[in-house]
Amino acid sequence: MALSNVLETPASGFNFENVSRNVALDGLLEGGHTKAPKPMKTGTTIAGVVCKDGVVLGADTRATSGEVVADKMCAKIHYISPNMYCCGAGTAADTEKTTDLLSSNLTIFSMTSGRNPRVVMAVNILQDMLFRYKGQIGASLILGGVDCTGNHLYTVGPYGSIDNVPYLAMGSGDLAALGILEDRFKPNMELEEAKELVRDAIHSGIMSDLGSGNNIDICVITKQGVDYIRPYQESEYKDKRQRRYKYRPGTTSILTEKIVPLELEVVQETVQRMHTA
Amino acid sequence: MNTRGLRSQLKDSVPVTGMGPQVGAYGVQDTLRSGFSSVKNELLPSHALELSEKNFQLNQDKMNFSTLRNIQGLHAPLKLQMEYRAARQIQRLPFLQSSHLALDTLKGNDESISFEDILNDPAQSEMVGEPHIMVEYKLGLM
Repeated sequence: MALSNVLETPASGFNFENVSRNVALDGLLEGGHTKAPKPMKTGTTIAGVVCKDGVVLGADTRATSGEVVADKMCAKIHYISPNMYCCGAGTAADTEKTTDLLSSNLTIFSMTSGRNPRVVMAVNILQDMLFRYKGQIGASLILGGVDCTGNHLYTVGPYGSIDNVPYLAMGSGDLAALGILEDRFKPNMELEEAKELVRDAIHSGIMSDLGSGNNIDICVITKQGVDYIRPYQESEYKDKRQRRYKYRPGTTSILTEKIVPLELEVVQETVQRMHTA
Repeated sequence: MNTRGLRSQLKDSVPVTGMGPQVGAYGVQDTLRSGFSSVKNELLPSHALELSEKNFQLNQDKMNFSTLRNIQGLHAPLKLQMEYRAARQIQRLPFLQSSHLALDTLKGNDESISFEDILNDPAQSEMVGEPHIMVEYKLGLM
């Protein structure tokens, strides 16, 4: 249907038409009792450590929506490129989409230039994107990878700040995890030791923070390849749900049985030919 | 490409045109085309990003061109802007879908994906403009 008030094609990108409507609607419905639905946050513990042979990233698997656990097996370690993985904390959709966009951009780059992308390139792209949107995209990311210049671990905040450090923790459980990391981190650790350290850091985040929980995922990136162990450790508090609530045949005992035969006689018979050609 | 640390170039950025009343041909509110004006809606941007996103591309271009001018001389931005102008003219009539392929290649948009490519794709727009009105608006007749 052609509208006569459209003078130019609408610009692509974000559309802010409904913002004033949303603001007006916020307190209007039922006198302020109904509120807009909350976005699903990952209220998380994520951690990363640089070791001798590569980078080890770890994350818990709980996603919360307000006070309810929305997802018990959420995947917080996202694939960026064959040599880079990214853990995301903050709003779940924002981290997913941002890392997706980053991964697509890096794939295009590696196809056009014929080179493997470096970690600094990914960090710069993320920083530009997040700074442009002034923190409205709620994504705190830990990016780790191995490239030709070495093993790197970066953190990118939601407003576009970056930090390049050998060990990191982000999310709502970061203080607990950082305590463990500060205590036991040594430069140039062995791989197994680094995996145990990250596991312990995430574990302390799970124990001390309500927003983190359930299983622990670990991702080990080395020059030889990536080992994504999901789950590295399952939570001890698994619920014992049956998942099948049908009764077995024979559960109810039969007391009496009465059979009444139904007598039918053929009244009319018509034959219709089906043309199967 | 995002240029950073160029506070001295910021004086060249496009002043934010903001949310003034939509003026028509005679300098007053064009009630026929844009409806009744509401002061509250137009004076204050409703979202923090609305203004900055509206002029983002323009500001980036201005900063990049002025850096280029300082490094390589006046001919560099002049030549680039001439090419942009030529490429911008390669398009179909306003109500039809044009790919802007030449312009995208020049600007480097063909090698990156951002929210402009995913959200609000003009190819999937639900609103179609009346062809005659759109062409007249573009030619400046209306």
